[in-house]
Amino acid sequence: MATIKVRKHKLNFLEKIYLPEIFRGMWITSFHFFRNLAFHFLHAIGFKQFRGAVTFQYPEEQRPLALRARTRHRLTQREDGSPRCVACMMCETVCPARCIYIVATEHPDPNIEKTPASFDIDLGKCVYCGFCVEACPEDAIRMDTQILDIASYSREGMFYNMDELLHPERHGDKILIDPKLPK
Amino acid sequence: MNNIQLITTIGQITAVFMFFMGVLSLAGLLTWVERKQSAVMQDRIGANRAKVLGLRLFGLFHIIADALKMLSKENFIPKSADKFLYQLAPVVSVFFALITFAAIPFGDTLVIGQYHIPLQGIDINVGLLFIFSMLSMGVYGVILGGFSSQSNYSFLGGLRASSQLLSYEIAIGASIVGLVMVYGTLNLNEMVYAQGEYLWGWLPKWGFVVQPAAFFIFMTAAIAETKRIPFDLPEGESEIVGYFLEYSGMRFGLFFLTDFLETILVACLAATLFFGGWQVPGLFDDGFRALDGTPVWALPSVAVTGLRVLAFGAKVLFFCWFLMTVRWTLPRFRYDQLMRLGWQMLFPLSILNILLTGIVILMLR
Repeated sequence: MATIKVRKHKLNFLEKIYLPEIFRGMWITSFHFFRNLAFHFLHAIGFKQFRGAVTFQYPEEQRPLALRARTRHRLTQREDGSPRCVACMMCETVCPARCIYIVATEHPDPNIEKTPASFDIDLGKCVYCGFCVEACPEDAIRMDTQILDIASYSREGMFYNMDELLHPERHGDKILIDPKLPK
Repeated sequence: MNNIQLITTIGQITAVFMFFMGVLSLAGLLTWVERKQSAVMQDRIGANRAKVLGLRLFGLFHIIADALKMLSKENFIPKSADKFLYQLAPVVSVFFALITFAAIPFGDTLVIGQYHIPLQGIDINVGLLFIFSMLSMGVYGVILGGFSSQSNYSFLGGLRASSQLLSYEIAIGASIVGLVMVYGTLNLNEMVYAQGEYLWGWLPKWGFVVQPAAFFIFMTAAIAETKRIPFDLPEGESEIVGYFLEYSGMRFGLFFLTDFLETILVACLAATLFFGGWQVPGLFDDGFRALDGTPVWALPSVAVTGLRVLAFGAKVLFFCWFLMTVRWTLPRFRYDQLMRLGWQMLFPLSILNILLTGIVILMLR
């Protein structure tokens, strides 16, 4: 049986009497304490660039996300506010979770072939892979709302219909990006 | 009993009552300080969610929330526990932690007209012995708590606690002997008076100045007496369950309160014995004086007493902060390291300190 030689740090005299090391440790912690106390104070009287803690107080204050983070879906709009979606069913086809349900209909403008009559996403099934965004030829679906707290008390509540996807702001959600212009 | 004595007694009772209320509120406040200070130290925010009428007040309501939670929880008593001893243990713990404060002098004698009100619960000649004997009695709460629960874990925790407390009481007692030799008294108030003198005309004769080694031994052993990190082997809430394993609700809360009371007690003792108690350097009975004795700022007697009580409070608060910093900085000792530190380092060192103090006193005589 092989024996493992544990190499132990040999304590010198100052380390053996503990006190200098204890004061070194307490210097570090009390330095943090007083620095953070000063930062908290400055933050409270209005200097918001000072933060005494790394904590984000989540429901009130969301941590900034990278723009490429795949968050809740939205449907982009044309200039007149109608969906850019042409109901080509590419996203529905590519979706590995099969959570997109589109019903197509005629568009009144003869230049546009189709438009969705309904566009539902079951976020309870969605795996947030982002394939739908990549498959879309019209840049009509995006995942850049920065909304992460998607929760519901029922399975039905996880269904998002076309109106909720087009106008999240009408349903109490705040989105940070202009819904009209995708660029 | 004549009128003056009666009014003096009433005044003393009022003052001591206010001191006890102050101690108990500080113990409650320390639960908040503990959470907040550790958070600020570790770059966190700490408890701030309890909200009353939209007010958060930096999480101060958590004190009330914690107390309400403790009071409304089930007060569980194990089936095979000794019911009487089980219910007695937390009370014993808190009682002996509280009774100790009676001997702490928290201010000079308050003189209002013809009334001389001593700001101390009981002025006994052996105040120091009284404090340490009461502190030792606190071990009974711990042992009873561990023993009466009829749980092996509690029992082992109680044994760990009792052997730790007994070991460190010896070091505490031996470290104080040097002070007794220097000041020549066991009376705490006289000890504080003696600390108002000056060495070589400028250095206050505080315990820390004349007995620095005793201070470090005392502080180490006293932290061990409070059963907090780095000496929290009797409790070790999360890993090595301690003597109050079976306790719940407010009975557990009382054990918890004892910890904070003992922290304040150690802070009071450190301030009284080593940092001049209520003495302020330069402040005499008739106001501030320069080093050569010329009056700088004359103050009425009541103002001087008030300043001294405030100074004592400030010293106690400083030591509470200091103890919290120690508690959130150091890792826990292993049990063999704990015993080695107590018996092979602190105890011989304190004996050595007594010897050296005796030699110095003899040489100076």
